[in-house]
Amino acid sequence: MNLSLFAFSIFSTIAVVGSLLVVLRRNPVGSAFALVLVFFSFAGIYAVMGAHLIAALQILVYTGAIMVLFVFVIMLLNQDVPIHDLEENSALFKGVVGLAVLGLVFILIKTVLRARDLVPTGELSDEKIEAMGGNVRVISESLFSDHAFHFELTSFLILGAIVATVALAKRKSALGGNS
Amino acid sequence: MELQPWMVLIVSMIVFGIGLLGVMIRKNLLIMLMCIELMLNGVNLSFVAFSKIHHLIEGDLTVLFVMTVAAAESAVGLGLVIALFRTLRTADSDQIQMLRD
Repeated sequence: MNLSLFAFSIFSTIAVVGSLLVVLRRNPVGSAFALVLVFFSFAGIYAVMGAHLIAALQILVYTGAIMVLFVFVIMLLNQDVPIHDLEENSALFKGVVGLAVLGLVFILIKTVLRARDLVPTGELSDEKIEAMGGNVRVISESLFSDHAFHFELTSFLILGAIVATVALAKRKSALGGNS
Repeated sequence: MELQPWMVLIVSMIVFGIGLLGVMIRKNLLIMLMCIELMLNGVNLSFVAFSKIHHLIEGDLTVLFVMTVAAAESAVGLGLVIALFRTLRTADSDQIQMLRD
């Protein structure tokens, strides 16, 4: 067992336990902090796999931006109290859903395990990426040449998100102040 | 024993399944949004693993775009939750039934 496998097993254990905590915690603040744990361990897994740019962006975007937004909304809505929505569902419903999801995950894992004997079709092996100047350089060169159009399209998406969020936030005046 | 991409794929599928379970059995809108983030993260991890298996870089690029979509989605989703909370005074998805009656 080498170092990367050791680090991966620790990170993946934290990720699975953390995501179970996200689902099962009563308090949304507890769920949010478990989610931070999951995001950090995912960043660790990306780093172990050699996707350094993704690892840095995972921490910046998810832990830095999205989680701040979540915690801010929890604070804004006074949701930092235990919520008993999990008990409202009947045990039969939860059992059926749990079994269905378990079956789905089992099928997914069984399908995915066939990836073990896939033959690589591309030419960017780890050694090649290393020789071309590292993961970050290869991703950037591809992003700003072959995929520049898609990169520009994301700016429209973000613009649309800004407009939608402002429209939602200014709802009161837009509807004549009925809420 | 080396770290193989299929081990990463198994973890990504498990995290995706847990997120799906959370979306289905929880009723609090904030926690449902968090579980959607979990599902997106699981898929991101499988993208990175598949781009490692196939020796391509497009998987890593797709993760960048998925992250952008996730950020936009959570901003708009949380805005919707706040707007709903203003109207209904609750963040419970069972209470949203204005179209039902």
